[in-house]
Amino acid sequence: MPKTVKQISVFLENNPGQLADLTKLLSEHNIDMRTLSIAEAEDFGIVRMIVNNPEETMTRLKNAGYVASITPVLAVAVRDEPGGLYEILEIMRKDGVNLEYAYAFIAKKKIGAYLIFHVSDADTEKAAKVLSKNNIPLITQEELDLI
Amino acid sequence: MERYYQKEIECAPREQIKKWQSERLVKTVKRVYENSPYYKKLMDEKGVTCNDIKSVDDLHKLPFLEKEDLRKSYPYGLMSTPIRDCIRIQSTSGTTGKRVIAFYTQRDLDLWDDCCARAITAAGATRDDVVHVSYGYGLFTGGLGLHGGSHKVGSLTLPVSSGNTERQLQFMEDLGSTVLCCTPSYAAYLAETITEKGLKDLLKLKIGIFGAEAWTDEMRRDIEEKLGIKAYDIYGLTELSGPGVAFECCEQNGMHINEDHFIAEIINPETGEVLPDGEKGELVFSSITKEAFPLLRYRTRDICILNSEKCSCGRTMKRMGKPLGRSDDMLIVKGVNVFPSQIEAVLLKNGYEANYQIIVSRINNSDVLDINVEMTPEKFSDTIGEISAAEKVLVNDLRAVLGIFARVHLVAHKSIVRSEGKAVRVIDKRNLY
Repeated sequence: MPKTVKQISVFLENNPGQLADLTKLLSEHNIDMRTLSIAEAEDFGIVRMIVNNPEETMTRLKNAGYVASITPVLAVAVRDEPGGLYEILEIMRKDGVNLEYAYAFIAKKKIGAYLIFHVSDADTEKAAKVLSKNNIPLITQEELDLI
Repeated sequence: MERYYQKEIECAPREQIKKWQSERLVKTVKRVYENSPYYKKLMDEKGVTCNDIKSVDDLHKLPFLEKEDLRKSYPYGLMSTPIRDCIRIQSTSGTTGKRVIAFYTQRDLDLWDDCCARAITAAGATRDDVVHVSYGYGLFTGGLGLHGGSHKVGSLTLPVSSGNTERQLQFMEDLGSTVLCCTPSYAAYLAETITEKGLKDLLKLKIGIFGAEAWTDEMRRDIEEKLGIKAYDIYGLTELSGPGVAFECCEQNGMHINEDHFIAEIINPETGEVLPDGEKGELVFSSITKEAFPLLRYRTRDICILNSEKCSCGRTMKRMGKPLGRSDDMLIVKGVNVFPSQIEAVLLKNGYEANYQIIVSRINNSDVLDINVEMTPEKFSDTIGEISAAEKVLVNDLRAVLGIFARVHLVAHKSIVRSEGKAVRVIDKRNLY
């Protein structure tokens, strides 16, 4: 199994205050978000986030009545300059790895840009191999906590 | 001057009507007892014999039939003539459990057409009219019912059926349709479109006959004004034949029941006790002339009031008021019968929980059905695509079962209030009753 990062996905209704309620819950339990992104449909959205303590976060969310799940995603460092992201995507394209969704963020402790992405379960292994072949290391959950 | 299709019947003395009812009831009970094993069993269980029914005064002795009985006896258990004598089937929409199948002999169709012809004539139409039937044709009784009635009147009948509004308007304009028959919500939609397109002056409409769903007086005024017509209500059930069980006359103060074919009773829905005319209760009908599918003491679940005062139109047949509600949880949406239990079954089948909310509203005079469905941990996925695909399957299943389109909204888990006891599953914003 390649090195993956645990992303938390939460179902939210598309109504005012829903995200505020969610983040309030996280703040009450001192949960630190490294990333946050939202995918939206007409009536609902999926909030995707990477947090410092995924297991505890899941428990808190479930206890509060949220429908949530942990999804393994892949994380890599990206050169923070024009063409940096393209470099990685070109590698994936050559080997036919399809990204289902992705989002990037910039870290401040270990300054740099990072890409989080999700491919189908069947493609996860392949994506890891392609990256490793091209000397692009996958970032682990522990490493992510330090950047 | 009031016109009648069958004046000698519609304006018959009350004693004569009672005499017809008694004779026909006795005959019908006998035939049903001999031919329908299902109703025979009900009578036997209640300890009623055919000899106990000597006149309409004995009607209360007979067992009730409910929609549940139609399900249990589906499809042929209540048929009271051999198949070889039946020539037509009509049906309501819905799943097998909720769908009503009715059978007709040639004579049944003939009498049904007469009932509709009385309604069309009472609305003022004659053989000089062009009757535009925009009710759906096919299994639904609306189209073929009014169609048959219009033929009997001798009007030029236009079987346009429902849908394709552009074509409807084209025909109306080209052929000079004078009488429009459709559901009130479709009439309202047509009225809206005609107003927008400024077609009113090009049309010759003068009469509307609208039924199959509840409508308010406000809606009636709106349609009448926009189309420049007088709009009449018509009532019926597939179980009894279809439209034409009762209809409005020029007075528009209740709908005259075709009592030579259908005996109406009002009962207390809790106890089954028969209530006097003028009291509010559940409407129960007995078909006394039907051959193929004569239902005796069929509980309509419509709550209403009967009026036996003489009407100034000259008709002596009792009038029923507009239904004031239902004694069950059935909703009529776009003229289609919808039971919350049908929706629940589809949700469970698709892996959702039985916590849902049905919201019916009327937007621009057209019914809209919204269903709030809770997301569950089992149905949750990390990608919108997967959730939407499952939602699409649900919407299609609902359409297949209900016969109409419902908008599904996924809401948060456990967000629909669970009240103690009976959950409030239905919010009807239409204020129809």
